[in-house]
Order: sequence, then C-alpha cells, then structure tokens
Amino acid sequence: MPSTEEIRTDLAAIVNEVAGIPEADVQLDKSFVDDLDVDSLSMVEVVVAAEEKFGVTIPDDEVKNLKTVGDAVSFIEKAL
Amino acid sequence: MGILEGKRILVAGVTMDSSIGFATAKVAQEQGATVLISNFGRALGITRRIAKRLPVEPPVLELDVTDPEHLAGLEAQVREHVDGLDGVVHSIAYGNPETLLGGKFLDGPWEDVAQAVQVSAYSLKSLATATRPLLSSGSSVVGLTFDATVAWPAYDWMGVAKAGLESCSRYLARDLGPDGIRVNLVSAGPLKTLAAKAIPGFEKLEETWEARAPLGWDNTDQEPTAKAVCALLSDFFPATTGEIVHVDGGFHAMGA
Ligand SMILES: NC(=O)c1ccc[n+]([C@@H]2O[C@H](COP(=O)([O-])OP(=O)(O)OC[C@H]3O[C@@H](n4cnc5c(N)ncnc54)[C@H](O)[C@@H]3O)[C@@H](O)[C@H]2O)c1
Repeated sequence: MPSTEEIRTDLAAIVNEVAGIPEADVQLDKSFVDDLDVDSLSMVEVVVAAEEKFGVTIPDDEVKNLKTVGDAVSFIEKAL
Repeated sequence: MGILEGKRILVAGVTMDSSIGFATAKVAQEQGATVLISNFGRALGITRRIAKRLPVEPPVLELDVTDPEHLAGLEAQVREHVDGLDGVVHSIAYGNPETLLGGKFLDGPWEDVAQAVQVSAYSLKSLATATRPLLSSGSSVVGLTFDATVAWPAYDWMGVAKAGLESCSRYLARDLGPDGIRVNLVSAGPLKTLAAKAIPGFEKLEETWEARAPLGWDNTDQEPTAKAVCALLSDFFPATTGEIVHVDGGFHAMGA
C-alpha cells in the first residue's frame, strides 16, 4: 500500500506530464482549477492517466468532487 | 466469423471510453475488423491513452476535420497502416456550449454557428472525400446524428447542424452511389458522453427518453448504437444508402 506522499508524488508527475505544471506545485491543499489552472480537458486526461497508473476506476460523477489534489489523493487511497 | 471479418475501418472521433466512437471501434474489432481511430487537438493525448483500453490497441491518427492539411494528408497517414479502407465512421460534432446550446438559440452568433456546421455537418463531406481514394465498391460511410426533424430542448444550434448533416449524407449517398459507396447515419438516443455532458439541460431529455421509448433506454450503454453502426458498415446492408437508422428504443415512433 503506497503512502499518501507516494500517491501525491505520482499524481504530481501525471499533472506535470499532462498540463506542464511544476511537480512541486502539486500539493494537497491546491485546487486543480483555481490554483493549478488545470482545465476540464486536462482534468479528463489526468483522470484517465491516474486510473492507469494506480489501477483504479474514477467514475465520471466523482470527478467533479475532486476539487483539490488532496481530494484526488484520498479518493485514490480509498479506491486502492 | 464476425460480420466485419477482414474489413479495414477508420473511426474518427474517439476521446474517452464513453465515446460512441470507442464503442464502435470495440464492436468492430470483436467482429473481426482492423480498426484505426483518430482525434484532434489536445484531446489526442486522451485518445492515445484510451486506445490501450480497446481489445487490440489501434493506431491513433491526428485528424482535425476542419484542417485542410490534415485532410490532404489523411490518405498517406492511413496507408502507413492499411492499404485501403472498407469503412469510415464519422463520430464528430462540436457546438460552443457557452453561446449555442442550452436555451440561447435566439442569440447564437454566426461565427459559432458556422463552426458548428463546419465541424458537425460539412465535415462528413470532407472526411468522405479525403478517404475516397482509399474506398472502393462495397465500402460504407456511417455518421451519427440526433434526430433533426423536430426541435428539442437545449439542443438548439446543434440541431440545425444535425439537420445539415442529415441532408449532407443524402447528397453524399447520391454522389458516391455510382462508385458503390454507401452513406448512412445512425440516429441515437441521448448517451452520457463528454459531448452530451457539455450541453446544459440535456439531462432533462435523458429522463423523458427512458419513460417514453417502448423498449426503454439506457443512456450509459453505447453498445446498441455501436452495433447498428457496425451493421451498416457490414455487407448486410448492401442496397441501403441515404438512410437514417434510429437506435433510440423506439422513441421517434411514439406520439407521446
Ligand atoms: N451522446 C449523445 O447523446 C449523442 C446522440 C446522438 C448522436 N450523437 C453524436 O455522436 C457523435 C459522437 O459524439 P459522442 O457523444 O460520442 O461524444 P464525444 O465527445 O465522445 O465524441 C465527439 C468527438 O468529436 C471530436 N471532434 C470535435 N471537433 C473535432 C474536429 N474539429 N476534428 C476532429 N474531431 C473533432 C471530439 O474530439 C470527440 O472525440 C457526434 O456526432 C454526436 O453528435 C451523440
């Protein structure tokens, strides 16, 4: 079972690859839209890439609840 | 033996695994076809990842149907993988949801309407002519529409674009028929895809659909639509062109 920090690090790498945001900026309290400027199309790609990386399913209806990096990390933790 | 055994098929317009194009590519592969998929712009990155979720990972081509260079280069791009095509699927539409959809019909600006018509209707012609050198007698072109014979809530200028698409497919049927190329559309009921979710108020339509369609309607199941597209791509509709097949649970046939 990966730690919260390990999941955050992997997710940060994905956000960097998809949206070009520096990995160090992808912290738990950051909002994808307001702080990191991840738009809806990039968010779709982040979700698809995260599903692959972590082997989890993130339902479409769930995505709108993942406002911050922390929301996403805790969703992935629970889904693992 | 599947109904598309040995056939080479391009499916244009696959973004997510919820895309109608994705379901079509999947059923086509299950029916024996060799499939190529395409998409455009930034969504291409998603398509490349999603392609891995198909039974066989297909080549992913870049095609913006409004880009003359992409259209001119399409034949060569396809030939890198297969030496011709037996089927082309047009699963593409776009209308600016901010200005054109969801009840702003009377204010829809022409520039956005023009874009919607170009991407959603004219592009069937563009795609058919760009792939024509790859097609031969017995080939089939299939597009996706949403019944454009009546006005819907929220659908607004996309409905006008779909009326254009439906007419475009009949004229293509006329002009490609002498070459033995068929052109048909599948008119699907509402499905929860990225495109549909972008339409403000489209969910209301989804609710009434299920209640009114004699067969009922599952707006999360893309497979019935994909199967109909594959049937039209197959040799089982050899004398059908300029047609619109409804895959909507029978909704269109009911008065109330
Ligand atoms: N979802 C529905 O309720 C429904 C119902 C009936 C018909 N349709 C039609 O089915 C088709 C597929 O839509 P979907 O619902 O699967 O949504 P979708 O968003 O998954 O697919 C639409 C595709 O069009 C592509 N596209 C947009 N502009 C393009 C351009 N300029 N060049 C190339 N590709 C472009 C998008 O990238 C996307 O892959 C569309 O024609 C749509 O109108 C959808």
